Amino acid sequence: MVTYDIDNISPDMSFLEMMDVLNEELASKGVDPVAFDHDCREGICGSCSMFINGEAHGPDRLVTTCQLHMRKFKDGDTIFIEPFRANTFPVIKDLVVDRSSFDRIQHAGGFISVNTSGNTQDANAIPIEKSNADKAFDAATCIGCGACVATCKNSSAMLFVSAKVSQFSLLPQGQVEANERVLNMVKQMDDEGFGNCTNTGACEVECPKGISLENIARMNRDYLKAKVSS
Amino acid sequence: MSKLNSKIPKGPISEKWTNHKNNIRLVSPANKRQIDVIVVGTGLAGGSASATLAELGYNVKSFCFQDSPRRAHSIAAQGGINAAKNYQGDGDSVHRLFYDTVKGGDYRSREANVYRLAEVSANIIDQCVAQGVPFARDYGGLLDNRSFGGVLVSRTFYAKGQTGQQLLLGAYSAMNRQIARGKIQMFNRHEMMDIVLVDGKARGIITRNLIDGKIERHSAHAVVIASGGYGNLFYLSTNAMGSNVSASWKIHKKGAYFANPCFTQIHPTCIPVSGDHQSKLTLMSESLRNDGRIWVPKSKSDAAAIRDGKLKPTDLSEEKRDYYLERRYPAFGNLVPRDVASRAAKERCDAGYGVNKTGEAVFLDFASAIIRYGKEKAHVKGLNENDENLVQELGKEIIKAKYGNLFQMYEKIVDQNPYETPMMIYPAVHYTMGGVWVDYNLMTTIPGCFAIGEANFSDHGANRLGASALMQGLADGYFVLPYTIGDYLADDIRTGPISTDSKEFDEAEKAVKDKIDSLINNKGSKTVDYFHKKLGKIIWNKCGMSRNEKGLKEAINEIKSLRKDFYKNVLVPGTANSFNESLAKATRVSDFLELGELFAKDALERSESCGGHFREESQSKEGEALRDDKNFTFVSAWEYNGEPSNALLHKEDLKYENIELKTRSYK
Repeated sequence: MVTYDIDNISPDMSFLEMMDVLNEELASKGVDPVAFDHDCREGICGSCSMFINGEAHGPDRLVTTCQLHMRKFKDGDTIFIEPFRANTFPVIKDLVVDRSSFDRIQHAGGFISVNTSGNTQDANAIPIEKSNADKAFDAATCIGCGACVATCKNSSAMLFVSAKVSQFSLLPQGQVEANERVLNMVKQMDDEGFGNCTNTGACEVECPKGISLENIARMNRDYLKAKVSS
Repeated sequence: MSKLNSKIPKGPISEKWTNHKNNIRLVSPANKRQIDVIVVGTGLAGGSASATLAELGYNVKSFCFQDSPRRAHSIAAQGGINAAKNYQGDGDSVHRLFYDTVKGGDYRSREANVYRLAEVSANIIDQCVAQGVPFARDYGGLLDNRSFGGVLVSRTFYAKGQTGQQLLLGAYSAMNRQIARGKIQMFNRHEMMDIVLVDGKARGIITRNLIDGKIERHSAHAVVIASGGYGNLFYLSTNAMGSNVSASWKIHKKGAYFANPCFTQIHPTCIPVSGDHQSKLTLMSESLRNDGRIWVPKSKSDAAAIRDGKLKPTDLSEEKRDYYLERRYPAFGNLVPRDVASRAAKERCDAGYGVNKTGEAVFLDFASAIIRYGKEKAHVKGLNENDENLVQELGKEIIKAKYGNLFQMYEKIVDQNPYETPMMIYPAVHYTMGGVWVDYNLMTTIPGCFAIGEANFSDHGANRLGASALMQGLADGYFVLPYTIGDYLADDIRTGPISTDSKEFDEAEKAVKDKIDSLINNKGSKTVDYFHKKLGKIIWNKCGMSRNEKGLKEAINEIKSLRKDFYKNVLVPGTANSFNESLAKATRVSDFLELGELFAKDALERSESCGGHFREESQSKEGEALRDDKNFTFVSAWEYNGEPSNALLHKEDLKYENIELKTRSYK
């Protein structure tokens, strides 16, 4: 662990802008800056992934690290920053981790097998009940940052996986492959070495997008149904 | 001039694309298996192209600099995607979408490309719904629409303020299906460093693995550039931190013409700059202008009092407010196109009516929408429409359902509650209409090198309409390129695998390594960000929302000397063979430093005003942009020739056969 002193931080700065100040100072001395993942800086790409003072994405709720602002801290505070911790997220450098395990879970079934030819039926041919469409949307807003895994004492990826499973399970288009999807995605999740869910609910609290635990319940139901019928 | 053949098919505009598809060559499924295609970038254009090409049977290699294709910056698009579905029965049609896009682009786009875009737009929505993209729906279960700037119909499909995310995840899931089948080989955290030409054809790329710094060779029968726009030239923009021009610029230096670089979109509704530490700007979706009203105080003293915090905007009565868009453009009001809205905001702020500390912000106010929705809801529920508290509560609920995530984003950044007090907004760089020149087949002037999505130039002219970027990215990737690329690849069915063990690959790799070594070994005194910030300031001040001859000439010289200073004094810490973000930034900024010069040169050359390009010398008495159709109805396509400002100009004349060229009016 390294401790850095930084001055001239304004409350209006974002957390990553504070990191920029630090890195600019290091770079100007020819020192390799602290590596961290970041890109959109508006809370949607899911790149940023810091564990700040013991919490994924820091003390604020419903925000990613890039949306956290320094006004949430006091002048003189010592802030502890760690990478997202899980065996399934190996550290690449400093605060940068490898989350390709998430991609592999998606490869296992995170899609609807429809050809991208455009020769599909008219979009309004199947009306979808608004409440289901809204729930599917809420599940689909997962940004794949991995805060749920980093927060969970079991390093479980259930919230992440269930969000994708739920999105499709709530829509008529997703029904055809529903059984296969949930079985394959759960298998991949287990093969990657993510832990089990023990319903502590920490993932839901720390999720920057407020993905609901209901999705885990829905996935468990779907999984059981698929297991029984397969 | 021989190279600039736009290859627009003959025949009436509505039949061009169909005829073209019927007549271009195809590659048989068995032969597609023998052909490799490289796609650089995994946003809406690159992601959808990779998935579709793989599905057709080609072997696809996809590259992105992010840690997953799902993180490409298309993900941040908020408001929506246009499609000529006419679900609302409000008179929309393919022709009207075509017309609106050409007019919105201030008559500087290619008719045939835009028509095709409008034609395939409806397919995109069908496709995405089939993929499970959860668009907003009404209570009957059918798809909902909203309006965007510059049009008089509701044709924008949306998923709250996260439409780009949902569409990108749709393309990403289509990619995942092909990755699982082994048809797409995915290279995350890889940056394209150069293109490799063999016998004048694009045959591969050199990449740098961003984890360990390894320089790699990849070959293919065609290379598709889908690396987005170059808004980060301005340092501060709504683009992601990593968004860059390097892939487009590298192909430019190897023979691809760069078209209309100065056509940049400054988006009117972004969160204003708060200080020097700012690393990027955040957009507030244009969809907010459906319900938000833009205003500044009528009197300068009120504006000053608001700036000093002595007066609250909510305390200012209606008659003391200037809803300047509604005043100047009664027909379109708050929904004028982006370039018009941005200039109007700048005009008010320059005149001293700005409302934040720096005087560079205007209000976007939802108070009247909250009341309107609240009353409507109260009426529907049979409750008391005159109960102010109830109306406020119900109205806020509806605004939250429509724009909740945007309001939350605003509150987190600015620390003010936009349900209670108007938002403050100011224009910021958002999108670049200019880009790599392509023909009707989306091929650049390098045979076998294609450019799609924001990286090319063809569809938006001098100003893009809201919700059209997503449409274009997906149209190019799902429905256009997969057809047109076959026409080129039909010649390659007997070529066999391209070897990376050749003189051309050796040379390209060596050049990349030399450049990296020289940056690392330079050991100067100034950081990469120092140069990037400085470049951004020059471009924003002299090539920003309004431009003049003197400023542009100064900009060219200043950028030239800044580039010299960069190579002399840049300091890149770390090593070449490791995860090194400073190095990645340095290579990107070195390309921006060249593009910037061409950008200014292009703006200087085009002495008319059109769309987002406003030359102070060319304006009407009312201060509106004045086009010069007699002398400038063409695309400027620049050929690289050493120093960026020595680039050679080629003109593609634009012919308007289906739309009459006239002054764009939104009054």
